[in-house]
Amino acid sequence: MSNPAIDSAVDVGLEAAVEPVTGGAALQRRPWLGILRNALRLGRTKIGVAIVALLVVIAIFGPLVAPHSPTEFVAAPNSGPSSDALFGGDALGRDVLSRFLHGGLSVLWMAAAATGLGVGLGVIVGLVAAYARNWLDDVLMRACDVVLAFPQIILALLAMSALPGRLWLIVLVVALGHLPRVARVMRAAAQEVVERDFVKAAEAVGEKRSRIVFGELLPNVTSPLLVELGLRMTYSIGLVAAVSFLGFGIQPPSSDWGLMINENRLSITVQPWAVLLPVLAIGLLTVGTNLMTDGIARAAIGIDRKATR
Amino acid sequence: MSKLIWRRLALGVLTLWLISLVVFAAVLALPGDAATAILGKEATPDRVAALRDQLNLNDSVVSQYLQWIGGVVTGSFGESAATQQPVSELLSERVGNSLFLVLIASLVAIPLSIAVGVWMAMRRDRAVDHIGSTVSLVLAALPEFVIGIGLVLLFATSVFQWFPAVSILAPGQRAWEAPDVVVLPAATLVLAVTPYISRIMRGSMVEVLESEYVTMARLKGLSERTVIWRHAVPNAIVPAIQVAALQLAWMAGGVVVVEFVFSYSGIGAALVDAVANRDMPVVQTVTMLAAVVYVAMNLFADLATILVTPKLRTAAR
Repeated sequence: MSNPAIDSAVDVGLEAAVEPVTGGAALQRRPWLGILRNALRLGRTKIGVAIVALLVVIAIFGPLVAPHSPTEFVAAPNSGPSSDALFGGDALGRDVLSRFLHGGLSVLWMAAAATGLGVGLGVIVGLVAAYARNWLDDVLMRACDVVLAFPQIILALLAMSALPGRLWLIVLVVALGHLPRVARVMRAAAQEVVERDFVKAAEAVGEKRSRIVFGELLPNVTSPLLVELGLRMTYSIGLVAAVSFLGFGIQPPSSDWGLMINENRLSITVQPWAVLLPVLAIGLLTVGTNLMTDGIARAAIGIDRKATR
Repeated sequence: MSKLIWRRLALGVLTLWLISLVVFAAVLALPGDAATAILGKEATPDRVAALRDQLNLNDSVVSQYLQWIGGVVTGSFGESAATQQPVSELLSERVGNSLFLVLIASLVAIPLSIAVGVWMAMRRDRAVDHIGSTVSLVLAALPEFVIGIGLVLLFATSVFQWFPAVSILAPGQRAWEAPDVVVLPAATLVLAVTPYISRIMRGSMVEVLESEYVTMARLKGLSERTVIWRHAVPNAIVPAIQVAALQLAWMAGGVVVVEFVFSYSGIGAALVDAVANRDMPVVQTVTMLAAVVYVAMNLFADLATILVTPKLRTAAR
């Protein structure tokens, strides 16, 4: 999860993505649109988008079509599939399908919020550090090292030991874990842009620093930014679900995919569906986001460009 | 020792000190009175007073920190708030079990992923390479508990019943006395780290195979085996070693979830229990341990890179 090596794992993607988009693309008004359009031409991106879309639809509309309430007792505990409970009853006799349909939204919104917050703050810290090129750069990067020294799941558990069951805190801690990882990548990408002439020109005209950072630097590091967004989303889903799975996220009797696995894992031999459905959903979701990320990384460097030309 | 290496070591120590502040702050973040928060509202006043005393809550924050960090450095981590056993006693066997698990996993994962990476690079753009990269894309995405539960479903319950679904050890039994309980947790960790190492190995190997000295070695008429294992791999392995070290560091956090999945009696499962019971002395100890391992492995990754890369090695002198 909290995987430092990931920065190098998509090395093919990142290294090239770190290079400023060539020539005209830098002048394009929305360079990220072009990358996304190229990414969508790749088969893997399409599969990823389809998988993610399916699960998002299940998570959002699931509660509307669920046959039962997620807290209603409808069957015998750990009973097999029946006409009333399509996938049987869970360890307490609640409808597995209904709990599954109700349990996706929490994973999704928490992961999305943590990704948005973590990547957003990481981009700001990374770009400011790259533009500062002085003591501020050092201070920011050393602070990042401290956070980097905690495996992300341990950071989350430390926070949960002090203030358990606070969902906003889970979002915050996962985002905090992303921050230094994103900041490092964005700083590396922006360091090359900072040296370029249009930045010097903007400085010469007396542009405000904030305008240079967000108006000149940011548009030129969109490829690594998009890759980071996808990557951190994949990890956020895993982390948020893991915290719930360990029992420190959403509390019973509410339904959540991670919590479902926790509640039913001891009866996995008698009633595998109650574990299989949420495990499949979480697994597919992360694979889907990773396929999309890989597609974006490839589009950003144009690995598969020859196929589409 | 060179300046560069000393600098890294000093940074590592500085980082650990800053981490200790964060870990210590977790107790301060407890709502209300820390001792009451840990013991719950039903606790007797005597018990609360005893814990306040043990955590030095009646002293100033600075002195609390100094007493705590002093204990950590000298290896006395206090007493568990839940069982009143010394934390070191509580964790000593579990540390061994966790180390054993990580050791087995890395002994399998590192050679395996390097072999897979080399194989994929040799069959570049052929079926093996494509299948390998798809599998690693999938495995890299999956959270470790999903991999673990997948293995349980496959090999412990429905399909095959080869291994126990839970890795519970008899009291006093050590992990290496019951090898079958280690198989699935170790396999989970192997599957979680292999894609990262093998992907790096593949990329680096592809580059080396295109280099002039490999062509030269081939032109000299050396056997393909000699070319690959004597000339190409030793040059391609540097980035893989670094990533392998980072993956070992990752395991410091990864074992927590994996041990919980299999109820494996290690420090990760102990941390989950301690968090659930608000057993702060245990939480702080395990967190510090994980951070030390994490920082040490990162340091090792840096040093390995410096020592193996000729350019940096000379610069370091």
